[in-house]
Amino acid sequence: MKAFTYSRASSPAEAAAEAAATPNAKFIAGGTNLLDLMKLQIETPAHLIDVNGLGLDSIEPTPEGGLRIGALVRNTDLAADARVRRDYALLSRALLAGASGQLRNKATTAGNLLQRTRCVYFYDPRQPCNKRAPGSGCAAMGGVARQLGLVGVSESCIATHPSDMAVAMMALDAVVETIGADGISRRIALQDFYRLPGETPQIEHDLRPGELIQAVILPPPLGGAQIYRKVRDRASYAFALVTVAAVIQPDGSGRLAAGGIAPRPWRVEAADAALPQGGAEVSAALLDGARPRPDNAFKQPLLARTITAALAQAREMQGKEMMS
Amino acid sequence: MIGGDEFDISRRAVLLGGGALAGAGPVRAATRKETDMQDSPTMMEVSFSVNGEARRLRLDTRTSLLDALREHLQLTGSKKGCDHGQCGACTVLVQGRRINSCLSLAVMHEGDEITTIEGLGQPGELHPMQAAFLHHDGFQCGYCTPGQICSAVAVLAELQAGIPSHVSPSLTEAPTLSEAELRERMSGNICRCGAYSNIMEAMREIAGEPA
Amino acid sequence: MKFDAPATTNPIDRQRFIGQPLDRIEGQLKVTGSAPYAYERHEVVPDQAYGYIIGAGIAKGRIKAMDLDAARAAPGVLGIVTAANAGKLGKGKRNTARLLGGPEIEHYDQAIAIVVAESFEMARAAALLIRPDYEAQPGQFDLAAAQERAVKPESGDPDSGFGDFARDYAQAPVTLDETYTTPDQSHAMMEPHASIAAWKDGAVTIWTSNQMIAWGKADVAETLGLPPEKVRLDSPYVGGGFGGKLFLRADCILAALAAREVGRPVKVALTRPMIFNNTTHRPATRQRIRLGAAPDGRLLAIAHESWSGNLPGGATETAVHQTRLLYAAPGRLTRTRLARLDLPEGNAMRAPGEASGLMALEVAMDEMAERLGMDPVQFRILNDTRVDPENPGRPFSQRHLVECLKRGAQRFGWAQRQAKPGQRREGGAFIGLGVAAGIRNNLLTKSAARVRLTRDCRLIVETDMTDIGTGSYTIIAQTAAEMLGLPMAQVEVRLGDSDSPVSAGSGGQWGANNATAGVYAACVGLRQLIVARLGLNEADAVFADGRVQSGGNRTALAQAARQGELVAEDGIEYGDLAERYQQSTFAAHFAEVSVDAATAEIRVRRMLAVCDAGRILNPKSARSQVIGAMTMGVGAALMEELAVDHQRGYFANHDLAGYEVPVHADIPHQEVVFLDEPDPLSSPMKAKGVGELGLCGAAAAVANAVYNATGVRVRDYPVTLDKLLAAMPA
Repeated sequence: MKAFTYSRASSPAEAAAEAAATPNAKFIAGGTNLLDLMKLQIETPAHLIDVNGLGLDSIEPTPEGGLRIGALVRNTDLAADARVRRDYALLSRALLAGASGQLRNKATTAGNLLQRTRCVYFYDPRQPCNKRAPGSGCAAMGGVARQLGLVGVSESCIATHPSDMAVAMMALDAVVETIGADGISRRIALQDFYRLPGETPQIEHDLRPGELIQAVILPPPLGGAQIYRKVRDRASYAFALVTVAAVIQPDGSGRLAAGGIAPRPWRVEAADAALPQGGAEVSAALLDGARPRPDNAFKQPLLARTITAALAQAREMQGKEMMS
Repeated sequence: MIGGDEFDISRRAVLLGGGALAGAGPVRAATRKETDMQDSPTMMEVSFSVNGEARRLRLDTRTSLLDALREHLQLTGSKKGCDHGQCGACTVLVQGRRINSCLSLAVMHEGDEITTIEGLGQPGELHPMQAAFLHHDGFQCGYCTPGQICSAVAVLAELQAGIPSHVSPSLTEAPTLSEAELRERMSGNICRCGAYSNIMEAMREIAGEPA
Repeated sequence: MKFDAPATTNPIDRQRFIGQPLDRIEGQLKVTGSAPYAYERHEVVPDQAYGYIIGAGIAKGRIKAMDLDAARAAPGVLGIVTAANAGKLGKGKRNTARLLGGPEIEHYDQAIAIVVAESFEMARAAALLIRPDYEAQPGQFDLAAAQERAVKPESGDPDSGFGDFARDYAQAPVTLDETYTTPDQSHAMMEPHASIAAWKDGAVTIWTSNQMIAWGKADVAETLGLPPEKVRLDSPYVGGGFGGKLFLRADCILAALAAREVGRPVKVALTRPMIFNNTTHRPATRQRIRLGAAPDGRLLAIAHESWSGNLPGGATETAVHQTRLLYAAPGRLTRTRLARLDLPEGNAMRAPGEASGLMALEVAMDEMAERLGMDPVQFRILNDTRVDPENPGRPFSQRHLVECLKRGAQRFGWAQRQAKPGQRREGGAFIGLGVAAGIRNNLLTKSAARVRLTRDCRLIVETDMTDIGTGSYTIIAQTAAEMLGLPMAQVEVRLGDSDSPVSAGSGGQWGANNATAGVYAACVGLRQLIVARLGLNEADAVFADGRVQSGGNRTALAQAARQGELVAEDGIEYGDLAERYQQSTFAAHFAEVSVDAATAEIRVRRMLAVCDAGRILNPKSARSQVIGAMTMGVGAALMEELAVDHQRGYFANHDLAGYEVPVHADIPHQEVVFLDEPDPLSSPMKAKGVGELGLCGAAAAVANAVYNATGVRVRDYPVTLDKLLAAMPA
C-alpha cells in the first residue's frame, strides 16, 4: 500500500471540491473494496477523503413516491429497511445475497455501485490487464475465464461487474444523484452510468473527476412479483455465476436485469419485451451478440434456465396472492 | 515514533518492548529524496475505545484496524487470516456491529467503541458463547475461533433486531432462529478445520433452543 | 519402549480419562483469543522488525535484473535479502524447489526477496517497489498434455500386481473402464505460514507454525548450513496445517536470513494471495480404473493407474494406494506415473493418495454396482477382504468395514434410496443418496516424551508433538492422567518445542496413536521411579486417585513428589507388527444432496460417517476431526479447484475469494459413529489415526449422491453445475 494523506470531509460539496483539487485523491466510505485493492497496489491513491461523516446515511421518501437512498446507507441497513423490504423486495434480496454479514455492515450503497471486477488477472498486478494497466493486454483471453463475461465484453476486456445490488437497481431503473466539484448536482440513470469496456476498460462509469455520489433514487414502487436469483457454486459468501433480478406483473410483462455475464449489470429492452414469451427468449435477447469463452459458455444455458425458474417463481407468487 | 506509540503507553507495553514500540530513529535522510513522495508515511492520531478502555494511538494512516489491535495494542485475539475480507478471522464489533477489521483503516474509527474477543471474556470468565464453543468443540486449530465467536454474538443480536437474511422465507415477517438462518449468517467466517456443525450446536444452545 | 508384541491389559484400559469426551484443555485459551500463534508472540523477544516477502511473477525462467535501490531507500527499511546476498544456502531434504529463488525461478510466487522495515506498512510498501526484470522460459503446465511423457518414478512403489489382471479382466462378464480426474487443491488453513526469527551467539530461534518440528529443525539446519544444535523451533499453536505446514517453508527460512541481515529479530507471514502458489498443494491426478466382475457381483479384476505431475525431484500423488487393500479380486494391477510440470510444488495434503484415489475408485464402484444391478452397499460388502489382497498370508490387524457399511446404511435410511437415479424430487430439486467406503492406513512411527512430577505434584509432559487442531494437548494430558492416576487439572502439556524429545509430529493421521504411545512409555518410566522412591513393589502398583496402591499400602503421589522432582524420558518404538499385519482404518460415508432442477446448484443435506479406527482416545475431539474432514470432502466434491493458467503456469485463483472452500451454509448437521474397538496390534494405546479417515471417501459419497439425484455422472472433479446442466433431467 502506498502512503497516503487522509482527511475527513465536512460537506459533500467540500468533499467533491477537495477531490478535484487534490492529485490522485479518492473517496473512502466502507473501504471494503478500496482497501482490498490498495493492499495489492491495484489502487494507489495519494490522498483519501473519508466521507463517512457526511450524513448521507438516511433513506427518505421522494415527492414522486419513490425512495432517496443516501450514498452512505450501509448494505445491511438498506436491505433491512421496512419500505425496501415491502416495496422493493428484489433490492433487499440482492443485497442479502452479496458478500457476508460483516461486509454488508460496512459496505455502502455508493461503494457497492463502484465495485471493481473480481477477474483473477485484474487482481494480480504481475499479470497483464487492460483495466488495471491500460495497454498491457488481457490475460483472461485464453486464460481462466469461468467467472467472466460473454456479452458487452470487448477484445480488450471480458471482466464482469461483481455487484448484486446494482443488478437489482438496474431492474428498478434507479437513478444516481451526484454532486460535482463545482457544487452542482446532477442525476444519471443507472442505465447510462456504467460504460462498456470497448478499448478503454479502465473507464468504468460516467463520474467526472471529484464527482461524489450523494444518493441513489428509486422510482415509485412497481408492485408485481419481485425476484432476485443468484446462482453460485458455494451456498453463500461467493460471487455469482449468473444472477437474475426481475419484477414481473400479473400480465406477464415486467423488467429484468442479469448479473455475472457482462461488464455491467445487464438490461436489454428486447429482453424485457420478451418476458411474456418465456426464459429462453428473454435469455436469447440478453445474450444477443455473446462471445462466450470455452469455460464460460455454460452461462448461456444457465441464464436461460435461471430466468425460466424466476418466471415460474413469479407465477407461483402471484398465484399465492390470488388465493389469499 | 513508528509503530505502537500509544501516548498513554502502559508500563507493561514498554517492558514488553516489542520492535513496534521502539523508535525508528532517523530514516536515512540522505536517501529519502530518491524515493517518491508517496513512500513517506503519514502519521495521524486517533482515539477510540477498545473493550471499554480509552486508547489513543499515533499511527501510519495505512494501518488497518486489525493491525492497530494486533501490532500496536498487542490484542492478538483478532486474527489475520487473509487481510482481504475473504475469511472473517478478523471480525470485531464496532459500535455493536460486526465488521472485518482488516478492511478498515484505524484512523477511520475516531471515537468508536470497539469490542474484540478479549472484551467478550477471558479464561476463567468466559462469555456464554465462548463457553458454548468450548463445550461443543466448535473449533479445532482455534485460529478462526475469535472471529466466529464475535460473529456468533452479533448474529444473534441481528436476528433479535429482525434483520433479514438471504434465506429468510419472508422479508416482511421477522426472521426465525432456524439453523438455515444461523448458517447463512455465519457464512462470512470460514473454518477450514470444518467445525461448522459443532458451531451450530453451540449457537443453538445460546439462542435458547436445544441443538 | 519397544512395542513388538500385541498389547495386553494396561492402565489405559481403565479408561477413566482416555475414551472420555473431555473438553480441550487449551480450549479456554482458544475461545478467548489468548492462545499465541506464531506471528503474535510479541513477548518472546524484543525489538521485532517486520518482513514482507515478494514472489516471482513468472513460472519458469530467470531474473535478469532486480533493482533494489528504491526499496532500500524507502522509509523505515532496514535491509533486504535476496539470493544475491543470502550466502550459500542448502536445501532441506523435504523441499523440492528452493525456498529462496533467484536468479533461476522454479515456480510462480517462489520467494525472491524479503524486505525488512520498522513497520508492516513500510515493509509492504517498500517490497512492492521491487519490480524484477524476468526472462521467462516455456514450461509444462498441463497435466493432460504431459501425461504421455510421464515416467515411472524411481522411488516408492510405482507398480504392484497380483495374479493375472489382463486375463481376468478380459474374461470378466461385466467390465468398467473409466477415467477420472481430480484437480489441484490447496490446504487453505486459516493461519498463514508465519515465523519470528532471532539470532543469539550464532544460534537461531524461530517461533513458527509447523506440524513436524524435528523435520523443520533439520531442514533449517541443512538450508542455513548450521549444526542442528544451533537451531530451535517453537510452535505451540498451529492455526491449521492439513499437510501445508509439514515442511519448512519460505516464511521460516527468510525470517532467519532477514534477522541475520538486519541484526534484529524479524517477523514475517506469507500474504494470503501468495500462499497458493508459494507453498505446496495437493497435485491434480488423472486416474484410469478398470473393474471386471462376475454377474453375481464378485470382483474378478481390478486395476488402478494414476498420473500426476510435479517439479523435477518432486514426488507422485499415490492415488492408487487404497486400491491395493480395499477390495478382494484375484487379478490386480496398480501403476503410478509422474510427469514433469513446472507448476508450484505438489506435496502432501490431508490423506495424500487416498483422498484423491478414493474420489475415483469409489465412483467407479458406484458405476459398477449400477452395471451389475446391485445395491452399492451390498456390492462393497460382497467384495470385502480379510487379508492384504496382494499378500494373502498377511491379515488385517482389524477390519470392520462391513459393519461400518451395515450400521451406516441402517442409520442413514439407505433403504429409502431409489436405485434408479433422477426419481426423487422435492419442490424444485432432485434428491439423491450416495455411499462410499474409506480406508486410510495406520502408520507407526517412533515418538518420545519427557514427563516430570514436580515437587508440588504437578505432572508436566514435554514433547515436540504439535496440536494443529487435532486435540493433541488433550489426549496427551488424558494419557498422562490415566497412567499416573492424577486429575487432568494437575497435568500440564508443553508442545511444539524442538528442545523437547522428538515425537511423531502431526501428519498422516499418525499423531494421536504414536504421540500418546510415546507419552505412555515415558509415564511407565516415571511410575518406576515413583515406585522405587516409595519403596513399593512395581508388579502390583496401581496408580489411581492421586495415590499409589501396592501390597495393601496406599501412598499419596504428593509424598513421592515432595522429596524432589522426578523426571523420566522415553519413547515408543515399533517392531514388525506393522509388517506382519496390515493396519488400517475404515469408514463408510453416506451423503444426501439436493440438486436444483433449474440451475443444477448442489447442496448437501445430510452426512454420516461410521468409522472403524481402533480405540477412540477422546470421542469429542475425534468426532471433530472426522466432521472437519467430511467438510473438506464436501469442498473436494463440489468446489475446490486451483484453476491452472496453462499458458502462464500458475494457479490463477490465488485467494480465498477465488479458491472456494465450504462455508457454514454448505455444511449440514454431520453425524459420526465410532465402532470404538481397541486394536492391540497398533500400540499400547490400542488406538489408530482418525484425522484423515473422515476425508477418505467423503467426496465420492457426495459425487455418488449427485448421480443418484440427477442421473448425470461427472468424472471430473469438482462436480459443479456447469458439468450437470446439459444433461439434467427435465
